[in-house]
Amino acid sequence: MSLRKSHELHQRRFSRNLGVGLTLAAFIVIVFGLTIVKVSGTDFSMATQEIQN
Amino acid sequence: MTDASINASTATAHADEASFGDYFALLKPRVMSLVVFTALVGLLAAPVPVHPFVGFCAILFIAIGGGASGALNMWWDADIDKVMKRTKGRPIPSGKVEEGEAMAIGLALSGLSVIMLGLATNWFAGAFLGFTIFFYVVVYTMWLKRSTPQNIVIGGAAGAFPPVIGWVAATGSMAVEPWLMFALTFMWTPPHFWALALFMRSDYDDAGVPMLTVTHGRRATRVHILVYTALLAILAVGTAFSGIGGPIYLTVALVMNALFLRGAWRISRRTEDDSEFDNFKVERSFFKLSLLYLFLHFGAILVEALLKPHVLGGWS
Repeated sequence: MSLRKSHELHQRRFSRNLGVGLTLAAFIVIVFGLTIVKVSGTDFSMATQEIQN
Repeated sequence: MTDASINASTATAHADEASFGDYFALLKPRVMSLVVFTALVGLLAAPVPVHPFVGFCAILFIAIGGGASGALNMWWDADIDKVMKRTKGRPIPSGKVEEGEAMAIGLALSGLSVIMLGLATNWFAGAFLGFTIFFYVVVYTMWLKRSTPQNIVIGGAAGAFPPVIGWVAATGSMAVEPWLMFALTFMWTPPHFWALALFMRSDYDDAGVPMLTVTHGRRATRVHILVYTALLAILAVGTAFSGIGGPIYLTVALVMNALFLRGAWRISRRTEDDSEFDNFKVERSFFKLSLLYLFLHFGAILVEALLKPHVLGGWS
């Protein structure tokens, strides 16, 4: 059975696919946000200063 | 066979296909809300400020860890969930999600939550979350739940760990105060669940789970509720004089424990005929009160912690 461009399966699983997609997008945002917070934290600037010294 | 009949049979065949919501239901969202709230209080009551985004991530990953253990619990307990009225509609017994899927989701989310909590906060907190998942899934679900009537007592520990994890996520170390929050939830769990077991009476019998009501009888369960509630009251009021307590918490504790003790006393005095007559009215209201009890105690700890920077919280 070949899948048409808009197969019945796509409609049936739309909510599931949307949910997975949004979850993955949220995960990317969280990892990015955590990276920014960690990199802007004092630990990182202190470590950078130590390297410079 | 016409196109219409093919479409109709296809629709019937996929009627019980899982939606995203069914997979989410595997994570026991209601239990997760308790985990989120108590872990948040543990995190905010800690004497170390946490970056708001790190704090948000810590609570999120603790919640996901709690949800993962819920999914593994549903995978292991699928056979009893099919029998019990309360759990029949869960995704596995209703045929929407397969047991293997639940196990895979549970294991994947367990690993993800432990690693991400460790990276976001510290590895002590990550390891503690890992231990909590192990305790709930292996010690409680796989081992104790079906082998001892004290299942609820020991299993309650798993549900009591989140405030400790929240505290450790903030501080990276241990103290007495998070263990007081642990003890509060730990001592609260048995009367809360035994009240439920009294009015959901045939469920645990049918499933063959050795609940106290089944092994020691309903009279003994009523007495146990009273004893645990009395011990809980001493602990809850005593916590008011610790580092996380204060006048607001003490007021809440005095009022709520008086009400809770009154409810437990009434349950202990009732006969089965009394309960049957009013369809377990007192037991049901005690169960509802128990939800408010825990919420208000942790809410009061949170208020004390939030007021501390303004020199209004605590005893100082």
